[in-house]
Amino acid sequence: MDHPEIVSHIRDKFPGDRVSLDPHAYPDELRMHASPESFKGVCLELHKILSSPVMMLFALDERAKLNKFVINCVFADMKKSRWIIVSMDTPPDKACFDSLSKDIYSASLFEREIKEMFGIEPTGNPDPRRLNLHDEVWPQGNYPLRKDFVKMQDGPRGDYRFNRVEGSGVFEVPVGPVHAGIIGPGHFRFSVAGEPIINLETRFGFTHRGAEKLFEGRPYPEAVRISECISGDSAFAHSLAFINAAEKIVGVSVPAKAAYTRGILLELERMYNHVNDIGGIAIDVGFSFPAAYASIIKEAILQLNEKLTGSRYLKNVNLVGGVSIDIDETGKRALLESLGKIKRDIEELARMLEASVSFMDRVDTTGALRRKTAEDIGVVGLAARASGIPMDLRKYFPGIYKDAKFNMITQASGDVLARLRVRISESGESCRLIEEFARDLKEGEEINVVPELREGCAIGYTEGWRGPVLYWLKTDAGGSIERCKIVDPSFHNWQGLSYAVLGNIIPDFPVCNKSFDLSYSGNDL
Amino acid sequence: MRHILKNRILKGVVTRHIEPELSNEVEAAGLELLTAIRKRFGRSLHVREVDTGSCGACESEIISANNPIYDLQRFGINFVASPRHADALLVTGPVSKNMLIALKKTYDAMPEPKFVITFGDCALDGGIFKNSYYVEGVIKDILPVALHIPGCPPNPAIMIKSLLAFLKEQ
Repeated sequence: MDHPEIVSHIRDKFPGDRVSLDPHAYPDELRMHASPESFKGVCLELHKILSSPVMMLFALDERAKLNKFVINCVFADMKKSRWIIVSMDTPPDKACFDSLSKDIYSASLFEREIKEMFGIEPTGNPDPRRLNLHDEVWPQGNYPLRKDFVKMQDGPRGDYRFNRVEGSGVFEVPVGPVHAGIIGPGHFRFSVAGEPIINLETRFGFTHRGAEKLFEGRPYPEAVRISECISGDSAFAHSLAFINAAEKIVGVSVPAKAAYTRGILLELERMYNHVNDIGGIAIDVGFSFPAAYASIIKEAILQLNEKLTGSRYLKNVNLVGGVSIDIDETGKRALLESLGKIKRDIEELARMLEASVSFMDRVDTTGALRRKTAEDIGVVGLAARASGIPMDLRKYFPGIYKDAKFNMITQASGDVLARLRVRISESGESCRLIEEFARDLKEGEEINVVPELREGCAIGYTEGWRGPVLYWLKTDAGGSIERCKIVDPSFHNWQGLSYAVLGNIIPDFPVCNKSFDLSYSGNDL
Repeated sequence: MRHILKNRILKGVVTRHIEPELSNEVEAAGLELLTAIRKRFGRSLHVREVDTGSCGACESEIISANNPIYDLQRFGINFVASPRHADALLVTGPVSKNMLIALKKTYDAMPEPKFVITFGDCALDGGIFKNSYYVEGVIKDILPVALHIPGCPPNPAIMIKSLLAFLKEQ
């Protein structure tokens, strides 16, 4: 459905003053305000028309100025390169909204988050449990994202109940939060009957650091540094998504050279992580030589990052208005030279894996996530593409990717092998894109402009290596941040993993997990 | 198999394949570290890592220190899967409230004698997450910390050099 059609369709369905449009939105945003009674209806209608999961659902505390809470729900209109934002107000004394989660699975975790952080009730949500604020350590009645929250007050504590699979011969295997490897903390509870997994329940929040609250009241330069520490392996994607929102608000258009530099660095980040995961999948089935080989390639990319930017993880590069580093002719030569070697090594790595029958046998059909399941639970990014869902912000919100003729990679089977193949192909595509972008880097062009601060709110987004990284930002006139909502693709995709492992055996869990390679800290915030 | 053999031969030994200057530094510090570890621990130093809320960059660097290029293991440092096997606890992250119990339990599960190393700026005092409502922050107040390795994240070379300087002092 076309854009004006969507608007008139919604208007027809919800006549009168039940839905109003915000005329001041940016070209890539469409903002609607719905009355509390029609909020749920509008969201369900958009979900149906756009077949988009709930990409973001979050609350704002506007009690001080406007005496209300605001709920925002964001959908992606991929075909029209637009984000559709539905908002509604709710009074502070009886703060609630109609839950979407019985109709849209992807809304469920967001609603639980709103409830624990703001104390706003998602009426009708079947799962009242908290996500990140664990009952064991955080008393009830403390809502940290409310503006008037100062310090934790002691009070009664609840308890957390895991779902139970009952029946004779069903065993529970609890794993974590501290795992055997050098990896983040999370709790996995498997229910098994014999060998196959019949249920996996995840409990996260162990790396919750209250990141969203830390943004509040900070100016841009400080806030960018926090965004780089949301998920360390996506430091650049996160800072880029943050910057994207900020640049929309201040209305600055970045110099071409800065845009290409960002493109190069984003693709380098994708490559080192993809290579790391290809190696990780190999090591998790005990195939150590390719794993070691992959770690050599990863180190080469990290060293290239350091040579170009002074940081192995691409921190301290992004600024509102541009980038802080200039890739000159020498840098460009070094980049292209290293890239050639890296490309050959990745091809060799893929060849080694594909030539091993026992390896291919292990990953083929393991951890399959069917397209229908992935769509129903709202899986995004790389995992979605491996299950056959064409979804990549680089294609649908192209920017500099348009001239580079970006080629989106999808697979159909949704198993470990499909995710592996998407990674291998995307690494090759990234090499090509970097070469394209490097060609457009011109010596001596400016790399940043100084922004004028303004008040406003906007969505920032970028396709990180896991999938879409989204930031919703609201600032005051002095450029300090009033609210920052972050959604890492891991938040959507951990649910996908819980379904992908069903019917597999526990010894295959590590390889299934690695094939998704989701972030703990990006999920927990 | 053919591809593996081919690449094995073509790649050769990669352990010194970094900038020559850095390579010499790492090599010299590493060999000294090996001697220091032999002297202090008899054979090798076993380390258990715990993430208390880091962003994952510190973990990535610790894993990098174990890749064939730095290959920490040849200097006598092993990363182990259980705290029961560990001499040292390597802590990353600013200590989220949710990880406090797990951190203490991991430390308690280690046999004596044992010591704690904090890794990365967050682990020193909460770093960028200092003053957050959900961060306990200073690990020194929770566990006896013997060594801090600074950086955001510290790179493998800094890790090797810090460990060496620390063991030399003892």
